[in-house]
Amino acid sequence: MWELTIPRTVVIGEGALEYLKEVEGKRVLIVTDKVIHKLDFVEKVANYLKEAGLEVKVFDEVEPEPSIETIMKGAEIARKYGPDWLIGLGGGSCMDAAKAIWPLYANPDIEVAEINPFTKFELRKKAKLICIPTTSGTGADATWAAIITDAKEERKMELPSREIVADIIILDPELPKSMPPSLVADTGLDALTHAIEAYVSQWRNDFSDALAIKAIQIIFKYLPRAYRNPEDKEAKEKMHNAATMAGIAFGNSQVGIAHAMGHSLGAIFKVPHGRTVDLFLSYSIEYSAREAMERYADIARAIGTEAKTDEEAVEKLIEAVRRLDREMGEPASIKELGISREDFEKRLDDLVTRAANSSCTFMNPRVPDVEDTKKLFIYAYEGKKVDF
Amino acid sequence: MAKFPSEEWIKLFKEEVNKNEAYAEAAKDWEGDFLFIANPDDKLEKEAVFWVDLWHGKCREVGVVPSRDAKKTEFIYEGKYGNWVKLINGEIGPIRGLLTRKFKLTGSMAKIMKYTRAASELVGCASKVPTEFL
Repeated sequence: MWELTIPRTVVIGEGALEYLKEVEGKRVLIVTDKVIHKLDFVEKVANYLKEAGLEVKVFDEVEPEPSIETIMKGAEIARKYGPDWLIGLGGGSCMDAAKAIWPLYANPDIEVAEINPFTKFELRKKAKLICIPTTSGTGADATWAAIITDAKEERKMELPSREIVADIIILDPELPKSMPPSLVADTGLDALTHAIEAYVSQWRNDFSDALAIKAIQIIFKYLPRAYRNPEDKEAKEKMHNAATMAGIAFGNSQVGIAHAMGHSLGAIFKVPHGRTVDLFLSYSIEYSAREAMERYADIARAIGTEAKTDEEAVEKLIEAVRRLDREMGEPASIKELGISREDFEKRLDDLVTRAANSSCTFMNPRVPDVEDTKKLFIYAYEGKKVDF
Repeated sequence: MAKFPSEEWIKLFKEEVNKNEAYAEAAKDWEGDFLFIANPDDKLEKEAVFWVDLWHGKCREVGVVPSRDAKKTEFIYEGKYGNWVKLINGEIGPIRGLLTRKFKLTGSMAKIMKYTRAASELVGCASKVPTEFL
């Protein structure tokens, strides 16, 4: 038995934001960050909601890689305000924050770390959730886990609960239009990592496969265009949809060691999520191909690679991923992120411990032990081809 | 070969845990004991209950207890006998077992989630015990 958890409604295409005029309720709490608040997105969303007769309050204190403290503060505001809708508006951090605030709002006695797949939180008796991504990559709008940082322990917590999946996702192509090229690259490559890891995960299934492979095809075709030309509306819209498709895919099959290692590196060296997980993607394929050669070869062929053998197809896939990274100026190694050897070596054991204990590691087609995890970090620091 | 479930089996499991360096490392900060309960099904007539005391990467004590009420523990991990067979044979993982409701956990999930590798190593130890199933 397996169970798919997907958002009830996904509104797509031009004018999607106007769907908010049909929302029924009394009060909405918008969870966002200060950057988004400065742009006109919050105002636009609030105006549609007011047109629907709803009261609106904004909590705009979500920081990149949101912390436990921010979630507790947001939940406190929600408890005082009493919304029947929460809206996560922004990038992955804002949507994850909204998803994590929700159980604490509905259950004042629980702590952030207690969000888990086995407790019944009865969230919808209190409120429902709308996710509106303004970037195209995190998939946080579609998944049933929230990534929250425990700053004290320098650890990213992967907090799953099938209840925290959004009721409604709104994918309006107008919103990601203003993303600068570097953000297009970071988020788009994050989506690619989600889709590839979803397709090879130990928990993959026919439903996640279908969405993952289509997302991969879209990303390879449209991401370079979206990156090169900010005015390319078609490419931006396709990437916006692909990110959510990849989100639904990995939300129901999970991700692997590129995420385990990326979360670890991001938590310790404060590097943006998309950049870190993508950095490890090619290394993870090199390492995992031994156990999932056919699956990676499927991906290679789905993007039009011609190869006589699966091995050749996988080699070409790794090259295609690295080519895409180079085209977008993404770092190919930890060293290229600007992390000194001394700092890296000082924190290597911490990096390994966090990655080796991440639940993502155990979904990977080849599960590395602590020794292999350490070697993978060292190879990724140097930019060396994985040969073990 | 030790029969599962039996006192002999759980003692061999303890030996395997205490030989496992990867477990010792992954669970070096762990403090907490478990009841592992096999619920009856077509192979097992009566509930079988093991007590397992895990502490700082080692297994301090184990035993068969007469019933789930005979020992108060921080955690209970339970599932049907047939699912224990699948777990010990490596056909399902400990976390997937929970997500697919083949197993149920009583106790703090927040604490368990920090020790995914330790849980995986424990199952690896169980797989190493030469086991005869019912």
